[in-house]
Amino acid sequence: MKMLSNTLPIAAAQQDPMLCSGHAACPGCIDALSVRHVLTVMGHDTMAVIPPSCMAIIAGPQPYSSLRIPVYQPTLESSAAAASGLRRALDAKGRHGTQVLVLAGDGGTYDIGFQCLSSAAERNEDFLYICLDNEGYMNTGAQKSSSTPHFARTGSTPAGKTSRKKNLTEIMAAHGVPYAATATAGYLPDLLRKVEKAKAMRGTRIITLLIPCMDGWGVADDAGLQTARYAVESGAFPLYEVEDGTRYTLNHTAKTRPIGDYLALQRRYRGLPAQEIATLQAEIDAGWEALCRRAGVGEAA
Amino acid sequence: MKEANQAVLMTGNQAVAWGARLARPGVVPVYPITPQTPVLEQMTAFQAQGEFDGEIIAPESEHSVMSACIPASLVGTRVFTATASQGLLLMHELLHYASGARAPIVMANVNRTVASPWAFWPDQTDSLAQRDTGWIQYYVESAQEALDTVVQAFRVAEQVLVPAMVNLDAFYISHAMEPVRVPDQALVDAYLPAFDPPHKLDTEHVESWGNVVTQDMYYRHRQALGEALARVPALTAQADREWAERTGRSHGVVERYRCEGASVVVVAMGSMCGTVREAVDQLRAAGQAVGLLKIRLFRPLPVAAIAEALSGVEQLVVLDRNYSPGHGGVLHQELRAALYGGAVAPRIHGLLAGVGGVNVSPRHIVDFVNQMRQAPVRAESQWVR
Repeated sequence: MKMLSNTLPIAAAQQDPMLCSGHAACPGCIDALSVRHVLTVMGHDTMAVIPPSCMAIIAGPQPYSSLRIPVYQPTLESSAAAASGLRRALDAKGRHGTQVLVLAGDGGTYDIGFQCLSSAAERNEDFLYICLDNEGYMNTGAQKSSSTPHFARTGSTPAGKTSRKKNLTEIMAAHGVPYAATATAGYLPDLLRKVEKAKAMRGTRIITLLIPCMDGWGVADDAGLQTARYAVESGAFPLYEVEDGTRYTLNHTAKTRPIGDYLALQRRYRGLPAQEIATLQAEIDAGWEALCRRAGVGEAA
Repeated sequence: MKEANQAVLMTGNQAVAWGARLARPGVVPVYPITPQTPVLEQMTAFQAQGEFDGEIIAPESEHSVMSACIPASLVGTRVFTATASQGLLLMHELLHYASGARAPIVMANVNRTVASPWAFWPDQTDSLAQRDTGWIQYYVESAQEALDTVVQAFRVAEQVLVPAMVNLDAFYISHAMEPVRVPDQALVDAYLPAFDPPHKLDTEHVESWGNVVTQDMYYRHRQALGEALARVPALTAQADREWAERTGRSHGVVERYRCEGASVVVVAMGSMCGTVREAVDQLRAAGQAVGLLKIRLFRPLPVAAIAEALSGVEQLVVLDRNYSPGHGGVLHQELRAALYGGAVAPRIHGLLAGVGGVNVSPRHIVDFVNQMRQAPVRAESQWVR
């Protein structure tokens, strides 16, 4: 597949689709949209590791596959270990140019797959890990994961989650991996640039994509991208990169919305008391300031 | 290579590592656990000395070891690993996954007690508890057999695309030093063809593994796994025969030791077979017609070979160095089931001997045989020591 870095990947995605139509995603799904673009940047000499997740359903039942690259579906908790084995086997065969790409959900990353992810990052295994973060176990009907934010209602937290979202990017950056970043299809050029950048690197690279979930979050079918943009603009999901665990770059430097704007789009926060909204706002402000300090951004907006 | 044909003193663990090295695996994920650790250290030492060029992965758990083994095998590289006891149990979910994925991984397992309570002694409950996972299982009696079986296991596993486990008893085999003949690399290369499976993960010929299947596809998949396993006894016999042609060493699918005209046969697996040989020799010297049947291939259970080996035998004394609570000795119950209703129907006594690594001497075995000769047959396995 020919794609120079200055080619518009969006056009390439239409010319040479790597995620085919007819897949099993829900209408308006941001998971499918995001992965379509990720795959276009990665190209055909890529193998995907997809654990049980929404993406595994989107990948299709045997004998069909919606992805035009080989897919290995491991157990839920073993993506990074499976990717390590795949990578080393390709190396043993001299296939050093073939990229190994993990497409895992947040349950498979923050929770049950976290132990082996930490280990792979410590060994700096050579693969790109994309966490498709829809902030809960959406494929099993929306239960909380350790990525679910404070106060969000899920099937297992009907009164709202009592603890905060785990900060995966900071934890992975603390492993000193070459690249840890956040991105979202709400800011597509930024997402594409990060995937291209990560593709050119070697070692453990991890990008967490915020994936607003129509059903699990209770947002309208056509509101996924708006919700993603509000997450960034409110500072609930800052866009940033960390290279080698130390070099921070904040990609969207303005925090321009109160958290209430973001919450109002989602049924999972419906009826949240003003006091809890204020608590969330304070948590986000504190997180934003800490991130700005690390990134050397002078004033916290 | 004259040196390679001389016997050298080594432990069972070192012999396992030599077998693995000679098989030239491309990927070796491995995690340390007593008493398997010397296998890991020998493999990393081979690599550090430039004598082994495979990829060694050292993840954070046995669970991740087996998770890495499976797709590495599906890419079409030969994969080896080793574990023991709790490590094997931690892998349990992935053992099913490996056989389902038809990944012919070869794994050495050092049989060690399962916690709790903590212990480090020889006991085969760890691997026998994995009998339904779809892995081929071999049990070896010596360091030499461990080396030979690792190489043979790759041959059989890759012919049927089913993973294989080579089990050796803690300490008696894993740490005891014995003379071992290490075959030439050229001999092993000629014996073991390059691994090139018909289906693999390859970006130039796109195929996927693990997508959801229908009930019908799952049914046929399990059936196909069963058909592959059914070929294993004959392929094991062939692999052993061809190994014997090259090395002069044969271990069999099962082995009959002094069973000619035997009225009583002791059945065992692993290191205890060596002790039984001593007891059989003593009993034969005393004029008693007693033999040993060693079960080397346990999964698939070679029922036809066992029935043939026991033709004309009146009584079996099965020694189980394992315990399945609520069921008894696994080998005892397996043999009762395997021989039930068949033409060969000896009286079967099951003895829980050596559970937890307690010592079972030749004297004990002679006593067991003499006691069981007179004893009524019981369905339950009996605790003896």
